[in-house]
Amino acid sequence: MVMGDLVDEVDVAVVGGGPGGYSAAFRCAELGLETVVIDADKRLGGACLFEGCIPSKALLHVAAVLGDAARAREFGVDFGEPRISLDPLRKWKQERVVGKLARGLAGVAQAKKVEVIGGRGVFEDSTTLRIEGADALQKVRFKHAIVATGSRPSGLPGVTAKSERVMDSTAALELPEIPERLLVIGGGYIGLELGTVYATLGSHVTLVEMTDGLLPGVDRDLVQPLQRRLDKLFAAIHLETKVTALRDLGAGVEALLEGQGVQRFDRVLVAVGRRAQSGGIGLEATRARLTERGGFIQVDDRCRTDDPRIYAVGDVTGEPMLAHRAMRQGKVAAEALAGRPAAFDNVAVPAVVFTDPEIAWCGLSEAQAKSQGVEAKVSKFQWAASGRAATIGRSDGLTKLVADSRSGRVIGVGIVGPGAGELIAEATLAVETAALVEDVAATIHAHPTLSETLMEAAENLLG
Amino acid sequence: MSRQFTLPDLGEGLTEAEIIAVLVREGDVIKEDVPLLEVETDKAQVEIPSPIGGRVEKVHVQPGQTVKVGAVLVTFSDDGPATRSAPSAAAATAPRGAPARPAAPTPPPAPAAGPVAATPATRRVARELGVDLKTVRGSGPGGRVLDTDVRAAASGPRAAPAATPPQAKPAAPAGPAKPLASVGLEAPPLPRFEQWGPVERAPLSHLRRTIAERMMLSATLIPHVTHFDRADITDLDAFISRNLEGARAKGVTLTLTGFILKAAALALRGHPQFNASLDPGAGELILKRYYHLGVAVATDRGLIVPVLRDIDQKPVLEIARELAALAQRVREGKATLEDLRGGTFTITNIGALGGTAAIPIINYPEVAILAVARARLEPVVRQGQIVPRLLLPLTLTFDHRVADGADGARFATEIVSRLEAPERLLWEW
Repeated sequence: MVMGDLVDEVDVAVVGGGPGGYSAAFRCAELGLETVVIDADKRLGGACLFEGCIPSKALLHVAAVLGDAARAREFGVDFGEPRISLDPLRKWKQERVVGKLARGLAGVAQAKKVEVIGGRGVFEDSTTLRIEGADALQKVRFKHAIVATGSRPSGLPGVTAKSERVMDSTAALELPEIPERLLVIGGGYIGLELGTVYATLGSHVTLVEMTDGLLPGVDRDLVQPLQRRLDKLFAAIHLETKVTALRDLGAGVEALLEGQGVQRFDRVLVAVGRRAQSGGIGLEATRARLTERGGFIQVDDRCRTDDPRIYAVGDVTGEPMLAHRAMRQGKVAAEALAGRPAAFDNVAVPAVVFTDPEIAWCGLSEAQAKSQGVEAKVSKFQWAASGRAATIGRSDGLTKLVADSRSGRVIGVGIVGPGAGELIAEATLAVETAALVEDVAATIHAHPTLSETLMEAAENLLG
Repeated sequence: MSRQFTLPDLGEGLTEAEIIAVLVREGDVIKEDVPLLEVETDKAQVEIPSPIGGRVEKVHVQPGQTVKVGAVLVTFSDDGPATRSAPSAAAATAPRGAPARPAAPTPPPAPAAGPVAATPATRRVARELGVDLKTVRGSGPGGRVLDTDVRAAASGPRAAPAATPPQAKPAAPAGPAKPLASVGLEAPPLPRFEQWGPVERAPLSHLRRTIAERMMLSATLIPHVTHFDRADITDLDAFISRNLEGARAKGVTLTLTGFILKAAALALRGHPQFNASLDPGAGELILKRYYHLGVAVATDRGLIVPVLRDIDQKPVLEIARELAALAQRVREGKATLEDLRGGTFTITNIGALGGTAAIPIINYPEVAILAVARARLEPVVRQGQIVPRLLLPLTLTFDHRVADGADGARFATEIVSRLEAPERLLWEW
């Protein structure tokens, strides 16, 4: 143990090692800036890699395999009842998926000479971060700092339940067991994805959503095919329902569902959203300011806070809280502080719900176009008419294209169906580059593929 | 029946113009006097109004193109109704005989709400060049803003912000870069700057090119000599302050520049060689018996020097009024060719921007130019006492072929003495 302060002097200190943080750090290093990342767990990857996107997608892949195997009976192939061993499954997810990617990121950091400091970074002023929890009391003096402290799962408002059986998404991804009866609170993408995982693995899932529909904010016609499937997969879906009390009875959890009475579950997953982690990092010692609603760090289009030395990226700066938005912001912040003319002015941030079927969208939804007064034309292509969809036995998809009537530009796309998350990439490129409906229609799409559905939707609009 | 509209004679010496913007589209039905095109000549940027009403059958030119006087710009067919419909009249723009397609692009659309249609790479270029994309009219499909639109906007006229669309001037796409006219000296080849870092090539705007050529011509041909002086304008400044309100009541903002113009014009009358042009071929000095003074005006597009006529004969109040109106026309890009021609001497006032002195380059083919920097309170010894006085730095640059240092000093003194003695206002100003 070293007595006294150890002060590191760097060009850039990145607080938080998630996708926003490591993207920013790597880009800073590429631009020749001496960069450190301060991460509580002394690792790169953040919530995305360790308790979010990546482990959930690994589990959802398992769910998809199980779903496909079950559906194979339709065309005369019977694999029998699947036997699921949790230990190998957890090990595969943890080591072969998460561990492999974490080692990869650590390797990149080393190659780019980005040092990762373990500890919690707390601002002492606009030039100094104190590292708490480090072996030695350590300080980092920086020319610029990038705050990328991300978000954490919100608790259920008004309900406190300190119980192992009441899980947030992080705990649920650990896959402690396959509960017989699982209550999922929240019909957003996290609740639907994890509900799908557990239901496919064998749990009876009851889902409760406060509003009148699943995936609030998403066009209803995109949600419908998913809802039809979830109605079968889940034991029950209660809309416009609140959970007002949870009680751990030792052998299970009692939940009070408003209007439905008390029900018993083996476990509960609370997935009612995520909150910015902007507190406890000493921002009040800087000139950075928070938004009144949500406590997000206020940034401009170059990801600059009100403190000229401090930038912020990712979930801590606001919605949509998505890793790929954070990554782009991280690169913008790095370039901006290096004096390059970067700006986060992206038109389309794609969003994907990795359920079965998947739902993905980018740009303006039909409802948004309407509420913003955009004169829009909408084209829907049902996958029932897609050759590729027929060959995989999945005709329940829909590709929907929203275009500006005056300019003919593609301003939004929504897709529901298997692989929607991959298909949205082309749509995002079209929206971001202001492509015309005609451009999409006249581009050759490989046959037979699901990507043709976007071309078909575009052709419909041209008449 | 169709009628052709050709590029009109733009005045003496001007044989060509660059098309900056086409303000109508084929199919538009327009009234007489509606602006058809914006063109830029060596002298000015002007709107060309339509001489007749009718339907625009064909537009023969496009932005960036340089056209000669007499070239066909627009063909009209006068079978349309005699009322002007907005350029976005969809019926008029749809190709005849083609089936209407619901979302087919109708070029080029009015700017839509929401994000500007441009690729991320183009947006980056706009940030690099400091161009607000919202002010750029896209020439790409569906109104997409292209790199060339951004570069043209960066070097061409600044368009008005989108908040005031009626005045928004479409920005000009850059034409191909053209070499500067040679002055007989060959510049050595440039090094490959790319070896030290990324570079970008941006074509010069028409105006920038004109300024560059004129400055190169002047700096190369004329042996410049510069004389420094200072005028004590304490009394003049007090006079201006006392009379600000009175002038304002007459709708005039009294400025120092008005007095400097007047002082220079009066001084020129006694020093005619500074109000002249040298004809080296004839071996003659052409002395001008009129005193039209140019005033350098900084605009978004670059330096423009509008000309105020017969300064020697006008009262200062009238000069101030004309100067304000002229500067505004220039800044709005509405100056006429007449506004920019016929100067005999130039004044450039950089005082508003600070600085202690500047050495200007003569506005060829004139003989002299006067630069004025910012007036500052300075300690001055008067009758053995140090007193604060407001001193105005003046820099006179002139053609040494035409006049010598002593001439310049005398001429400058004539200007200074007028600025220092506002009581002469009674009988001279």
